[in-house]
Amino acid sequence: MAAESSQTSPSRVNLFVTCLVDQFVPSVGMSVVNILEANGIEVNFPPDQTCCGQPAFNSGFRNDARPVASRFLDVFEATDGPIVCPSGSCVAMVRNFYKDLFRGYPDELARAQRLSKRIFEFTEFLVDVLGIEDLGFQTNVNATYHRCCHLLRELHIDDQPISLMENLDGLELTAMERDEVCCGFGGAFSVKMSDVSTAMLTEKLDNVVATGASTLIAGDTGCIMHMQGGLRRRGSDVQVVHIAELLDAKSEVNRFSAS
Amino acid sequence: MADVRLQQAHEVVYNGFHRARLAAAGDTENWEAQRDLGKAIKDHTIANLDYYLDMLATNVEKNGGKVYFAHDAADANAYVRGLAQSNGVETVIKSKSMVSEEMGLNHVLEADGLEVVETDLGEYIVQLAGEAPYHIIAPAIHKSKEQVADLLAKEAGSERRETTEQLTRQAREMLREVFRRADMSITGANFAVAETGSIVLVTNEGNGRMATSMPRIHVAAMGMEKLVPSAADLSAMLRILIRSATGQRISCYVTMVNGPRAHDEEDGPEEFHLVIMNNGRDRLLRDESLREALNCIRCGACMNSCPVYRKVGGHSYGWVYPGPIGSIVSPVLTGLKDGAKLPAASSLCGACHDACPVKINIPRMLLELRSQTAQGEPDPAQRVSGMGERFTWKAWQQGMMSRRRFEAGSSVGKFMSSPLKKDGWLKKAPPPISGWTDSRDFPAPANQTFGKWFAAREK
Repeated sequence: MAAESSQTSPSRVNLFVTCLVDQFVPSVGMSVVNILEANGIEVNFPPDQTCCGQPAFNSGFRNDARPVASRFLDVFEATDGPIVCPSGSCVAMVRNFYKDLFRGYPDELARAQRLSKRIFEFTEFLVDVLGIEDLGFQTNVNATYHRCCHLLRELHIDDQPISLMENLDGLELTAMERDEVCCGFGGAFSVKMSDVSTAMLTEKLDNVVATGASTLIAGDTGCIMHMQGGLRRRGSDVQVVHIAELLDAKSEVNRFSAS
Repeated sequence: MADVRLQQAHEVVYNGFHRARLAAAGDTENWEAQRDLGKAIKDHTIANLDYYLDMLATNVEKNGGKVYFAHDAADANAYVRGLAQSNGVETVIKSKSMVSEEMGLNHVLEADGLEVVETDLGEYIVQLAGEAPYHIIAPAIHKSKEQVADLLAKEAGSERRETTEQLTRQAREMLREVFRRADMSITGANFAVAETGSIVLVTNEGNGRMATSMPRIHVAAMGMEKLVPSAADLSAMLRILIRSATGQRISCYVTMVNGPRAHDEEDGPEEFHLVIMNNGRDRLLRDESLREALNCIRCGACMNSCPVYRKVGGHSYGWVYPGPIGSIVSPVLTGLKDGAKLPAASSLCGACHDACPVKINIPRMLLELRSQTAQGEPDPAQRVSGMGERFTWKAWQQGMMSRRRFEAGSSVGKFMSSPLKKDGWLKKAPPPISGWTDSRDFPAPANQTFGKWFAAREK
């Protein structure tokens, strides 16, 4: 896929930044823009975008999710070229779960199938579409990596973020125990089943802290908010950073750490 | 969640079973292709279930056995009770059977005054403790050696034994006596083979073989989905079942039963009965979005891989089948409304889907059940969501249907959180977010949305 696509490397992409990044952690979106622009790619942000519909879908409220997902199709069908998104979970929603959400709605189903061929998770886009595996700058970060569930098991995107990190000069990566095990976020699960979610988070954070790393890298903002919220509550200084921020030479994590 | 002993058991589930499965899969050539084959066999069988059940029944009868199709647990219990009564049975031995747990068969027979003894060591231990199995392949994994020693000593009226060897020898001696006097055995069936009319038991203790050969009457109970068309299919399924269950390449015993003793054979039961139970499985069969649950071969890999199972434990699922597959099967078989909490108790992490030897997409089905119970569709009687929850999602939808309202929602969140936040985080928040802030800080909305930043930048 990488070889084939890089022959027709796109010069312009559409950013689906996700509702969580948009509202809670805009710096992740800024890093995506910085990296893409640094590699000569123009970024279009369709200004009407909101959410892919996943929160209501995951809670079982498909009738509430469907118009939001349908609106997502409207917004991005009005654009051409690839859609890039810094979230495994939201890409999995479009690629894997729209077919369940739109079951019995043949028009939307066909539109969703067409659109799902255009959407890429950010690290997947860098490596598989652009053929970029080395961002070519120096950092000084001591980190461990959490393999987010939907990225790893819904999309099978694992080699891409790992090779991008391995090629980053000055990044010292220490693997944590059970890096593939869920942090317990799960959207509304974290609120509805708070006890179970917290027990899962505790195990995850124990494994994070045991590495001695000062930075925790992950690819999905929901998981990042969850793990950072837990680390703060236990008084830990470990900072949780989205992989787009790690890979952005201009981001805070690289500015602070630049030697 | 605080019990140290249970946490140790859950570590064994991950470090023992889960890692053993991964190692076995890694050592097996074409593992993914074997999983695909397993899925294809089960998909085909379930799609033609009536055809293969008919073939199975015909061939069991040809082999001299009897077949009983039970609509539900009560129906199946009545058949087994009738058999026991008409044959003057006093002692029944059991080899591991989850279907008999569904039936509650032990209690039914005990109420008739029969002696019923489990012969799988783990099942025997939970029976002595008066409990339900904690795990489908390791029923007593939650019991410590000391607890087992106490249970056996109490039952035998003996001194308390210490070492694992002494304990297994003690159990073996106790069970051997029961094997000798039993008139009837009841086993499950890991598989039934339609073209040969055989049932297949996979064990590590040999109790399955004794149970199917010593007593006068052998009754096997199976769910109506647990069959494969041919012996070649069986071979493919055994390969993935055993590796996925314990990480072994083959279990110590694989017993194939082809009906009662034939006149030229020296041993085996005089009668063989196969009870094939529906008990609500037709609801899974009819619902195309849930049918895949009938592909399950009960290996336990989904629970071994599940981070929720490892926190809540096997007794938290409320019915016979724990873990991820239990969260689908239990609510559908026992009543969706009562079991609606089970599909909700998942972070949708997908570890179960990854682990399943027949690639059952469990997260997708949990989402289906959530939708059926949140919205009451297709059956309004199954709706469990409250007004508040339904209103919240309507409001959410309104917020997401326009960028202007999306921005407004962000501003309101920012305004409401500003007196409470510290470095951009909240220690406390009103319900429902309080469920989060009880144990974790919650992020306040950013000062500016990404959308606003991007628009300002373009000017």
